[in-house]
Formats: sequence, C-alpha cells, structure tokens
Amino acid sequence: MSDLSHGPRHVFARQARDGAMRVAIWAAAAALFACAAWVMLDVVLRGAAGLDWSFLVDEPARAGRAGGIGPILVSTGLILAVAIAAAAPLGLATAIFLAEFLPAGSRFAAWTSLSLDVLAGIPSIVFGLFGNAFFSIWLGMGFSILSGGLTLACMILPLLIRTAEHGLRMVPGEWRHGAAALGMSRFSSVWRIVLPAAGPAVTAGLLLGLGRATAETAALVFTSGYVDRMPSSLLDSGRALSVHIYDLAMNVAGGDRNAYASALVLLLFLIVVNGIAMSFSDYLLRKRIAA
Amino acid sequence: MFSRRALGFLLALSMGLGIAAGAHADDRIVVTGSSTIAPLMAEIGKRFEKLHPGLRVDVQSGGSTRGVTDVRAGLSDIGMVSRAMSDDERDLVAYEIARDGIAIILHRDNPLTELSRRQIVGIYTGRVTDWSEVGGKPGRITVVNKAEGRSTLELFLAYFRLGVRDIVAHVVIGDNQQGIKTVSANPGAIGYVSIGTAEFEASAGTPVKLLGLEGVPASVANVKNGTYPLSRPLNLVTRPAGGERLERFIGFARSAEVDDIVADQFFVPSHP
Amino acid sequence: MRISSLFPRTRDGHIAFGLGAVSCLASGILLLILVFVFGEAWPALRTIGVLRFLSDTAWYPTDNAFGLAPMLAASFALAAGALILAAPVGVAAAIFRLYYAPAWLKTPYRGLVLLLAGTPSVVLGLWGLMVLVPLIARLEPPGASLIAGILVLALMIVPTVAITAEAALESVPRSCWAAANALGLGREAALLNVVLPAAREGVAGGILLAGARALGETMVVLMITGNIVRMPDGLFAPVRALTSNIALEMAYATGDHRASLFVSGLALTLLVFLLSFAARTGRRMRYV
Repeated sequence: MSDLSHGPRHVFARQARDGAMRVAIWAAAAALFACAAWVMLDVVLRGAAGLDWSFLVDEPARAGRAGGIGPILVSTGLILAVAIAAAAPLGLATAIFLAEFLPAGSRFAAWTSLSLDVLAGIPSIVFGLFGNAFFSIWLGMGFSILSGGLTLACMILPLLIRTAEHGLRMVPGEWRHGAAALGMSRFSSVWRIVLPAAGPAVTAGLLLGLGRATAETAALVFTSGYVDRMPSSLLDSGRALSVHIYDLAMNVAGGDRNAYASALVLLLFLIVVNGIAMSFSDYLLRKRIAA
Repeated sequence: MFSRRALGFLLALSMGLGIAAGAHADDRIVVTGSSTIAPLMAEIGKRFEKLHPGLRVDVQSGGSTRGVTDVRAGLSDIGMVSRAMSDDERDLVAYEIARDGIAIILHRDNPLTELSRRQIVGIYTGRVTDWSEVGGKPGRITVVNKAEGRSTLELFLAYFRLGVRDIVAHVVIGDNQQGIKTVSANPGAIGYVSIGTAEFEASAGTPVKLLGLEGVPASVANVKNGTYPLSRPLNLVTRPAGGERLERFIGFARSAEVDDIVADQFFVPSHP
Repeated sequence: MRISSLFPRTRDGHIAFGLGAVSCLASGILLLILVFVFGEAWPALRTIGVLRFLSDTAWYPTDNAFGLAPMLAASFALAAGALILAAPVGVAAAIFRLYYAPAWLKTPYRGLVLLLAGTPSVVLGLWGLMVLVPLIARLEPPGASLIAGILVLALMIVPTVAITAEAALESVPRSCWAAANALGLGREAALLNVVLPAAREGVAGGILLAGARALGETMVVLMITGNIVRMPDGLFAPVRALTSNIALEMAYATGDHRASLFVSGLALTLLVFLLSFAARTGRRMRYV
C-alpha cells in the first residue's frame, strides 16, 4: 500500500489526496445542505403567511382556499398509522427471516431481494391503480383510509426490509454465538440482543419509510380519495395532506397560499415525528445495550 | 409476537368489515370523474349536506373517462365529465351544470395585445418561432400545449382546424395551474387555459394576460353572454334510472342556489 | 436444503416457519402487482404487438402511434443523471455527518436530510416549477427540461442514499477502524481503503433503492420536465418520462390507449428488473 511508504513525495501526494477528499466531502455536504435549506426556506416564506392555529383545526372552505386543514390532518395521521402498522411488523419479520434464519446465499433470499428491488421501482401511480383495483374494488374497501394505508404499506415495504436486514446482518456474529453459548433460543437471541443492536438501522428504515409514505401523492388519489370531511372510521374516504397540497397548487385557482401553508404544516409534522423517533431509538439503545 | 397476532386479527377484521360495507350506504352519494369539476362538486356537495343532514356526498377525482366508466359499472352514482358527451356515451343521461371558456394567455411582459388566427396557427405549428415575426419583441417562442385526450386540447384543435400531430410544442402541461405557472415563468411563452382561472390569476398579480379571440376579449362575462367563441360544457352524468335522491341533488347543482359557488370556482353557471 | 431441516419441530422452528410465511408476502405482493399490470396491458400487447411499441417513431395514441422508445430513453436518462449526482453527494453527506461534522451540527444535519426525505414530491416539484425552471429558462428556454428533472430528482433521492449509507457505515465494526489506525492509516485513507469497502453492500443497496425511486417518480417529472415526447438530445431539451406519461394520459384514456399506458408501466418495471439484476451480478462477480 502506497500509504506505508515514506519520503517527502509520497507524503505530499498522500496529504494532497486527503485534503482533496476532505474538501470534496465538505463541499458535497454543504451543497446538499444549501439546496435542502433553499427548498425549506421557500416553503416557509411562502407558507408562513397562511399559518395560524385556526388553520390547523378548521375545515376547508371554498375548495380549500379558505378555512383550514383539520380533517385532512386527521385523515393523514390515520393513513400513516395504518401504513406503518401494516408494514413495520411485516417488514421486520421478513428482515429477521432473511438475515437470521436463512442460510447464506439461499435462492429464496436472492429471489426476495430481487422482488423488493423491483417493487421499489414501480411507479407510484401504478401502485395507486393497483391499490384501487385490489384493495378498493376486489377486497371491497372502496375509497377509504384503510385502502390508502395498505397501498402505502406495500410501497414502503422494500425500504423497511432492506434497511432492517442490512442492520441485522451487520451485528457481529460473536453476539449470536455468545447468546447460543448461554443457552438462549434462536428467537430469544434475535429478539433480545440482535434486534436492539440493529436498532439505529431499523429506526432509520422506519423513518425513511414514514417520510416516503408522507410524501406520497399519486397512489393516494386513487385509494384514500379526495373527500376532505373529518373521517369517522377507517373505511371513510379521507384526503391526505400531500393530495391536498397537490390539489390546491395544481387544480384550484388561488390555492397557492394555502398549499404552501399546508406544506409548512407537513414539514413541521415531520420534524416533530422524526425528532421523537430519533430520541426514542437512542433511549431504547442505551437502555438495552449498556455496553 | 402477541402484538403481531393481534394486528393480523385486526387486519382481517377490518377487511371483513370492508367487504360487508362495500355496498353503498343508503345515505351516501358517490361522485367521481373530472378533476376540473371535483372542487366545484365538493363545495356543492357540502352545501347539500347541510340542507339534508344524514346524507353524505363523497366526491373523488380520477378523470372524465373514469367518471363515465364508474357510473356505467355502478361504482359511483354520478360522473363528472368536463367535455361534451360523445356518441357512444348516449346510454348515460348528461346534465350541464356550468360552462368553461378557454383563453390564450401570454406573459404579462409580452407587448403584444392580440394575435390573428393565422398567427396563432403559425406559432402552434412551428412555422413561426420568434416573437419578432408577429410584431413583438425578439425572443424565442415557447409553445405550451395541453396533454392529449384533454377536452381543452380537442376544443382548441377543432377551433383552429388542426390535427393532433400538427402541433409543435415545447412544453406539454396537464392541469390549468401548471399552464399558468409555466407561462408566468417564461416571458416568451404562449399557452391556453381556462378563462376563469386566467382571469383570476391576472387580477391577482400573476404575470399573465389574456388574449382575445376574433376581436372578442376573453372574460368570464363574455362566455356568459355567449359572445366568446371557445367554451366547453361541464357535465354530470348518471344512469337513466337515477332515482329521486340523485335527481334532487342534480337539480340542486343546476339551480341558482349554487350560482355563487360556481362563480367562486370561476365557471359560468348553467341552468336547465 | 430440505424444508424439514430448515424448520425443526421446536419453538424456534415454528417461529421460523411463521416468519418465512410472512416473508413470502413481499414477493407475493410483487406477483399480484405484475399480474394486475400485465392483465391491464394485455389488450394492447395483443392488438398492437410488442415490436411496435419499440419501433413506432412517435407517441400519438389517439392516432395509432405507440412509440415508447423516446420515453424509455428519457426515463433512463433522468434516473441515470439523478444517480450520478445523488450517489456521490449522498455518500459524502453520510461520511460528513458521521466523521467530519462538529457535534452541534450532527443532529440538525440529519434532521434536515430526514426532512428532505419526507418532503412531498409535489412540494419539490412546485419549487422546481416556480424557482428552478424560470432560472433555467433564462439560460435556455423553455426551462422545463431534462436538466431540471435531473437536478430535482437528485435532490429527492439524496436522502435515501445518505441515510442508508450512514446506516451501513455505522454498522462497520469498530475493529475495522482500530485495525486501520493500527496500520497507520489516517481518517481519509481508512475511509477510502477499509471502511467504505466494508460498507459497500449497504451503500450499493441504498443507491439501487434510490435509482429505483428515481425511475418510478411521477409528480416531480410531470411538473418540470416539459413532457414533450422526443429522444433526449441535450440537457436543456424537454423530455417526457414514462411515469409522467401515465399520469398525464391515464385520466382520459380508454381501451387500447389505456392498455398501452399499462404497457409502458410494464416497460418501466422491466427496466428496474434489469437494473437490479445487473447490479446483483456485478456485485457477485466482484467477489470472484
């Protein structure tokens, strides 16, 4: 390895490369920060004017140009809850099976991996049409929050499984051996030792999945629908926040102001949820693995 | 483990409920179709609900074609169709609830105030590529066209006697608002959108302006009095044996009681 | 491997069987979706034929022209361009946050990236439409173009790359770092030669997911790429991706036109399949 050779020329080359790499990393990180901040600032500046407490609880009026987004927030929350409640256990179970119970290099694992990759690339609108045909029509849920949530669950499954599986695989083998030496069953060792150790990766996957679900628009138009009334059950149609933003910005004249205000609310919601999830995962990790 | 089992049970239970509740509840009217009409029908539905407590009007979008197919398949009670009915749709009953005009828009900074029919055709077929050729400030023309299948496009083509392949465009848009935003972002752009929307945006300060057609200024008022030549109907369709409840709702939607809602959405109300 | 040896009749075996059954769900869902899309696309495949979808020169579905090739190329160009931008930036951002950022910056930075991950495509598309496109239009009209799509798509998928890369890098055992330091490697050298290769699979998986997301993105490309059906012949040319085509025309399409839109959905799925298959074989070959 060239790094082990000494002498002024090698040292200079090495330092130059290290310095260049450092500059590149800082530059890339700064560029990302700047662009993301630009978008967020744009939303804040355009949306802050329309935001106040009544906006959060009132019903929409005049096709959303007046009033607020109260019922829409409730619908969105329910849709997300259904999506996570359906996808998280299924995703975790699959990840555990793939990482812990299958022999390495098995065909089932490869096939499932491939399926997940392809699933991740299916256009969101195709998911919407599929969700409409399968959940809404064939299973008879109609335009409903349940249908939308389940469709979203299908969409975020690849993300959850991939991140969780990778996190589980990265836990050192010695921990599993130690657990076996102590006489713990396979499942116990996974549940009590490996899974908490993979906690940060699993949480990252969950947060990414939640973000993806919150951001999804096209799939929900055909499944959870357009109705902006306060939902009274999971089988009611409910408009998600992203659908509302799309409608106000692209379909309703004069809806821009409330579109941006709704976008701001969505960003604030994400900040709160992400913050809670991150601190919760930190707490869990510290509690279980007092390494 | 326990929570997973409980979740599975809940999922199965709710699916079962879903299947049971699949049929329309007696107190619900489902309306699907054109996303142009959807905001209007949602507001009309809300007012109708207030007058008839216990009744619910659910409005979904999905496009004019979906409106027709859903009504035919019994998946919805009323379809919203933002165009004139075609010949093979005679099995459904259509009710016009509003009219929507189509205006050609330019960027506000464009000094031109009118264009002749020949000039517009020249621009849209790609023969004219610079604004100086039609008497404006030199600059490349950015032609904004609507996506295929939309009634607005078909009306435009029919009026200017063009075929769908004749148009050479630089940007293709889907909804009205996308058209407005595209034209307002580009000083050399020309496009066509709903009159009401354009009128509202122009008065609200968005940098667009409307062009008249054949000497008639583009305005909602001129669509109302019939002098503006380019307009399309907004229809509600049902199956022939609609039922008294649906007829009452449609009658309400076409009455003068909702004129303010229609005007608020920048359309022109139509009464029977 | 026989099933009976994989699932012995112990409590562990029973649990494993249950988990295995659940795992079949993932491929099961994909199968369902493929069956659905194929079923809807079949009328067009039967009457128009697969070859015409590639050989027709233009896309005028109401006028009997069904050429998908320009849109396939556009989808590919958009995703490829977005990945070329997003992959290095995402990995760099992950490295930055883990090893270079001062302590007070770590949490806000992650928060911002996670926020970007959850930003609806319509909001990013709006920003593109109202801020980016006018800027590009000043350089070269019409502004709504391939480059606009690439830039905003890249911004949209960077969080996926960054967060998965970060998870992968964090999972590299401390022993790797310790060994590298013991050998006298500095931070950058250790990263380049030891840690990144160790985290390679996780990072690559994240990049693949991001690429798939870019291929499947509908809203952003619909709003800012111009939607003209044309082979991409320059960064500033307007293009139409397969996804925006479906979104634009699905609402108003009937019969064969609608079926042909599902064919384009199938084409997209095939593209993603080929991409992940190639990535998978590529990775396997590296170990040989």
